Amino acid sequence: MKGIQMDLVSSDKLDRLSSVEKIRMILDSVEDGKIIVLERGLTPQEETKLIEATMTKITPGEFAGIEIESYPGAVHQSWFDKLRKKPVDRARLTVIGPADQLKMLKRDRDVISAMVSAR
Amino acid sequence: MGIIKKIRKNLSSAFNKIFKRGNLRRIGIYGPPNAGKTTLANRIVRDFTGDVVGSVSDIPHETRRAHRREGVTIESNGSAITLDIVDTPGLATKIDFQDFMAKGLSEDESRRRAKEATEGVIEAVRWLEDLEGVILVMDATEDPFTQVNVTVIGNMEARNLPLLIVANKIDLDDSMPSRIKSAFPQHPMVPISALNGDNIDVMYEKIAEHFG
Repeated sequence: MKGIQMDLVSSDKLDRLSSVEKIRMILDSVEDGKIIVLERGLTPQEETKLIEATMTKITPGEFAGIEIESYPGAVHQSWFDKLRKKPVDRARLTVIGPADQLKMLKRDRDVISAMVSAR
Repeated sequence: MGIIKKIRKNLSSAFNKIFKRGNLRRIGIYGPPNAGKTTLANRIVRDFTGDVVGSVSDIPHETRRAHRREGVTIESNGSAITLDIVDTPGLATKIDFQDFMAKGLSEDESRRRAKEATEGVIEAVRWLEDLEGVILVMDATEDPFTQVNVTVIGNMEARNLPLLIVANKIDLDDSMPSRIKSAFPQHPMVPISALNGDNIDVMYEKIAEHFG
């Protein structure tokens, strides 16, 4: 059967991985043409590290980068959370894929609509 | 970290913030490619120093190196604030050299620009660590829910640093700054046209109020 592989990664597995391992897992899979769905998103710091790592992998004509979309986390913190400097909730479900295969059509707070194509 | 240690750290941070008022602050101008970051940086610097920061173009990733302009004093409503303004390359998760070819550049030039653009994105990401506030420029004609916008906002929230969202390009008929406000209601937003200067005085008031 021809098709596109999708890996759906549970939040339990994500909790067991370090930031470096998560980014390595995502980029290795995406470079292989897979679509990754994370049950829970990355932290903002992990997202910037992922962008940085992606840039080092881009090769004109071979790998153009990633498409990544997630619904944002909760926007409101209580005054007590702010006082404790509790980080804002990370993004929820996140979809990542090769930029030449995954195209986001529409996204809002609760719905991500995407088109996946074969290479 | 123990709770007493945490409280002590937070009190120390608050103390530093109070006594930092009036000191020079380093503010980054961030956003996706072609949102108008350099046009805005040029507008601010020209209005208060008579100079410019960088060149602008319709081709994405025209700015591929961060440019810092030190000591720009912004005056608004009788108050003044002095900032270091850092104009950063557009943040992106993908860079395809064929997009540059579609804009009329040669293949060699497109490949070179793509390579430089990736380096520019890395530089922009690294600058985030060294800033004390961000002006996030969004194109008011585009969908604001992009990963780049969410990532910059998330980083500022995680570090408790001030963020001002600028909804740019309101001179265009299809601009919808209200869409940006409803996407990120937790942050102040000011609609402007960096190109024409529409509403720019309100933005200076917000900058003075927010980063002062």
